[in-house]
Amino acid sequence: MTTLGITAAGPRDRAVIQARPAHAVRDVISIAGRALRAVPREPGTVIPPVFIALFFFVVNIGTLQHLTQSHIKGFDIKSFMLPTAILLGVTGVSRAGSLVTDIQDGYLDRLLLTPVRRLAILIGHMVADVAIACALMVPIIGLALGLGVRPQAGAAGVALFLLMGCLWSLAFAGFGYAIALKTGNPAAVNSSFLLFFPFLFMTSSYVPRSQLSGWLSVIATWNPVTYVLEGLRSLVTLGWQWAALGKATLSIAAVGVLSMFLCLAALRGGTRRG
Amino acid sequence: MSLLQAEKDSGQRTAGVAASPAITVERLVRRFGEVTAVDAVDLDIRRGEIYGFLGPNGAGKSTTVRVLCTLLSPTAGRAVVAGYDVAAQPEKVRLRIGVALQEAALDPKQTGIELLRLQGRLYGLSRAEIRGRLADLGQLIDIGDALGRPIGTYSGGMKRRLDLAAALIHNPEVLFLDEPTSGLDPVSRARMWEEVRRLNSELNMTIFLTTQYLEEADELAGRVGIISGGRLVAEGSPAQLKRSVGNDLIVAHVDGRAEAARRAVEPLGGVRGVDVHGDEMIISTTDGAATIGAVAVALSSVTPVRHLTLRTPSLDDVFLEYTGNHFTGGQFAADHRQQTRPGGSARHERDLMEVRS
Repeated sequence: MTTLGITAAGPRDRAVIQARPAHAVRDVISIAGRALRAVPREPGTVIPPVFIALFFFVVNIGTLQHLTQSHIKGFDIKSFMLPTAILLGVTGVSRAGSLVTDIQDGYLDRLLLTPVRRLAILIGHMVADVAIACALMVPIIGLALGLGVRPQAGAAGVALFLLMGCLWSLAFAGFGYAIALKTGNPAAVNSSFLLFFPFLFMTSSYVPRSQLSGWLSVIATWNPVTYVLEGLRSLVTLGWQWAALGKATLSIAAVGVLSMFLCLAALRGGTRRG
Repeated sequence: MSLLQAEKDSGQRTAGVAASPAITVERLVRRFGEVTAVDAVDLDIRRGEIYGFLGPNGAGKSTTVRVLCTLLSPTAGRAVVAGYDVAAQPEKVRLRIGVALQEAALDPKQTGIELLRLQGRLYGLSRAEIRGRLADLGQLIDIGDALGRPIGTYSGGMKRRLDLAAALIHNPEVLFLDEPTSGLDPVSRARMWEEVRRLNSELNMTIFLTTQYLEEADELAGRVGIISGGRLVAEGSPAQLKRSVGNDLIVAHVDGRAEAARRAVEPLGGVRGVDVHGDEMIISTTDGAATIGAVAVALSSVTPVRHLTLRTPSLDDVFLEYTGNHFTGGQFAADHRQQTRPGGSARHERDLMEVRS
C-alpha cells in the first residue's frame, strides 16, 4: 500500500507552508504561461490563421499585381496587401475556445477554488493571445520583406505595426471571450469569427477607400476596421502619418472598449456564485 | 498585506482555531429557481474529524459542498469554514480549504507536473515550497513517469490521485472530497480510503466526505450525516445511527401473506417494528437472539418461511429507516416499501434528536 511521504514532515510543513494570495502579476503570468504551453499541443488553433493569411497574401498579389501596376502608377500591391494579410491572420486568434473547454472539463472550477483573482484568469488568457498574435505576424511580415516590401516608417514603424496588430487582435479577442463565458459553447466561440468576418472585407482591404463605391463605401466609412487597415498601411506605404495612426488607435480602442465591456459582463456572470 | 496585518490576521485565526469548529452550517438553504437543493441544513463539524455526508444522487450533497467551498453562494442561512464565512470572506476560506470535486477537475492537455506547479503558484507558494510539496505528495500521486505525460492519457484512478494531490498542494486545513471513489475499481477505492485515513490521522486534517457508498461512510467517517431531498434526516456516528434502527434485525422471506405475517409478529415481545417489502420482512428487535424463535413460530403459523436471517443493522437499514428508500450497490433505488412501523415519522424525529444529542 502506498503511503504518504508527508508523515514525518507533516506538522513542520504545516507550520511553514501555508497558502497565501499571490501577487496579481504572478496570477496573470501563471495563467498566461499555462495558455502558452497549450499552444504547441494544439497546433490546429494557430496554423490555419497563418496559412489563410499567407495564402490570401500570395494569391491576392498574384491576382492583382499586373492589373495595378499597369493602371496605377507607383502603386505597390504587396505593401498595400500586407495589413490585410495581418488582420486576416490575427483577427479571431484567441484562447477563448480553451476557456470553454475549461468550463466543460470543470477545470475552471478548480481555478475558481484557488485564491486567483477572477480578472487574472481572463487577463492571463489575453496576455497569451497577444504573444500568439505577435508570433503569428512574424512569418507574414517575413514573407512580405522577402517579397520586397520595405516599410516606409522604418524599424520603429514595423515595431508599431506589430504593436497595433497585437492590440487589434486583443480588442477583437474580447468578443470571443464574451461569447465563451456567456455560452460555454465551443461551436458558438468558433462561429464568432465568422460573424465578424464580413467586417474585415467591407473595408479598403482590396482597394483604397476612394475607389469604393455605393453602399460599400458608406459601410467602409463607418467600419472601424477600415481605419485600422489604413493606419497599418500608412506605416508601410507612406511613413509616419499621425492622422491615420490616430484614427487607427481610436478605432482599436473603441472596439476594445466594447469587447472588454461585454467580456467583463460575461465574466461577472460566469463566475457569479449566486 | 503588511507584516503587522498578516500577524494580526494569523493571530486572530490561531486564536479562533482552537475554539471554533472546522465547519459550522446554520439553516443553510440553496435554491435553483423553484428547486430547493439544500433545505435548512445544520452542521457542526469538529477540527480533525472525518465527516461523511451520505445520500443518493440528487440529494443535495454536491450542492452543499459547492456552497461550503465558495463556488456557490447560499440562498439563505450561514456557513463558516475554517473560521471564515463562505459568503462574506470567500477569499480567506479558499486559502484554507482543499477540494476534490466529484468529477476530477483536470486539464487533459496539461501534464500532471504542470498542473500541480500551477496550483502551487496560484496558492502563492514559492518555487522551493512547491518543490517540497511535490516531494511530499510524490508517493500519494505515485504515477511515476506519467507525471510528465498529458493528463488526458491517465486512467481514472491516476486522475483521482492527481486531483487529490492538487487539492493538497497548499496544505489545507479542511479537505472536501466529493464522492472521491466514484467510478474507481475496488483496489483504487481501498487505496483512496487509506490515504484519507492517513491525512486525517497524521495531519489532523478535517475531512468532509460526500459519498453514495454506505460502506465508504461506514469505513471512514467518525460521524455520518444522511441527506435526502436536501434535508439532513439523520446524523451521528455509524454505530449510533445503526443503534437507532434497532439492536438486531431479523430478515424473513415468506411465501405470500406477508401482511398477515406482519400482524402475527408485531405483538411479540422484543419486536420494535416490522417493515414489509413484497415477500421480504425486516423485523427490528431489541434482542434478536431472544426473539428469533418466537418470530419463526409466529411466521410459520400463517405462511411458509423460505429464509430467516438474524443480522445487525447496516447503514442501508438506517437509510431505509429515515428516508423510506434502499441503497442498492451504492446506488439509490426508489423503493415503494410499505412503512408499517407504528407512529413512524414522529418516532423518526425523536430518534434523530436522540442520535444527534
